[in-house]
Amino acid sequence: MNIEKFVSEFADQFDDLDTSAFTPETLFKENDEWSSMTALSVIAMVDDSYAVRLTGDDIRNSKTIQQIYDIVLAKSN
Amino acid sequence: MAFLSIKNVAIKGISACVPAYVEENLEIADVPSMDIDKLIKTTGVERRHVATPGICTSDMCFAAAEKLLEELNWNKDEIEGLIMVTQSPDYLVPATSPSLQHRLGLSQNCFTIDISLGCSGYIYGLSTLASYMQSGMIKKALLCVGDVSSVSCSKQDKSTYPLFGDAGTVTALEYCEGDEGMKFHLSSDGSGYKAIMIPDGGHRNRFSESSLQEHVIDQGISRNNIELWLDGMDVFSFGISKAPETVNQLLNKFAIDKDSVDHFYFHQANLMMNERIRKKLQLPENKVPYSLKNFGNTSSASIPLTMVTESAGELKNGQASIIACGFGVGLSWATMQCTTTNLVIPDLIYYG
Repeated sequence: MNIEKFVSEFADQFDDLDTSAFTPETLFKENDEWSSMTALSVIAMVDDSYAVRLTGDDIRNSKTIQQIYDIVLAKSN
Repeated sequence: MAFLSIKNVAIKGISACVPAYVEENLEIADVPSMDIDKLIKTTGVERRHVATPGICTSDMCFAAAEKLLEELNWNKDEIEGLIMVTQSPDYLVPATSPSLQHRLGLSQNCFTIDISLGCSGYIYGLSTLASYMQSGMIKKALLCVGDVSSVSCSKQDKSTYPLFGDAGTVTALEYCEGDEGMKFHLSSDGSGYKAIMIPDGGHRNRFSESSLQEHVIDQGISRNNIELWLDGMDVFSFGISKAPETVNQLLNKFAIDKDSVDHFYFHQANLMMNERIRKKLQLPENKVPYSLKNFGNTSSASIPLTMVTESAGELKNGQASIIACGFGVGLSWATMQCTTTNLVIPDLIYYG
């Protein structure tokens, strides 16, 4: 796993937002597009690319993309 | 690994009944219109048949059973078993199945059981009833499956209210010597019991004044403790991982060629989840029918309802190898394979 690829995969889950400035430290809920639907897309992406099951609490308790990345990394080991 | 292979028992007919009253999701007033368009696109639910006050699951199962027995030309005295799968029973006590046995005019020489399961309930119900019948002493029995989930959804909860519809179904099983029968894979994970729940009104949290207090969970999501609580993210994550897994386990265990299966009936959770499951299993669209658009998520009834509304023509004429997979509340999930032959399927019944 690498964080650059993860940030780009994460950014792909947004349809309208300009995500070119996304970094690991981006607060991914602090924008107009983030919604429960985007959350489901992120869960699906993580299931698809990393075969990891994110929970609702994983999403609710995270603020940055790095935090989600760390959870995925921990769960995939 | 809970696998079962039950021979000599076959599905003979399926009937389904929905409330006549239809609610259009586009007309829901409490959700801003932009949201509702997105919601319809994601969930795939455009309209739902919902129970008006007074309609219970057992009422729709009663209507469905009467019609099915008539078209099967079965004598009521021959029915020696009735299982009711529901999480919206008539009463907390007693069970619903004995009163349905009486109401249908079935003989007292008939065992009855209630099973409290939702999304996976159809498969569990089939496995239980088929197990009772496989020794050949009981020849004919009925599996009644359904829910009136809409009744328990908060109208101020956009995560549940626009999703759930109501239905009651009946499946007729018969002992048939020589029939290849049904194969099952059954699973549970109670650590996720909070993912879909009605917290109060049972015995852990008895109904009290505080049960009616509104909890604001998020924008557009408020509910009280005798209404349905759903953690959409948990359920989604669970469904897209476990549903493909259980289907693959059944296929592998019994060496079933995926291409030889004619229809895959999944619990109708929501379109986004069901499509992920279909794509993960690499199934063609034409083998995976959906009743979501016109009926929503009908809980335990969703699989038989989909069979009746989306592929009655094929199931009534000739043989079909089918797989049915239910997953959700419990958490509980299960898959079944069987071959159907010329099923008796009455037209969909509208109640009330």
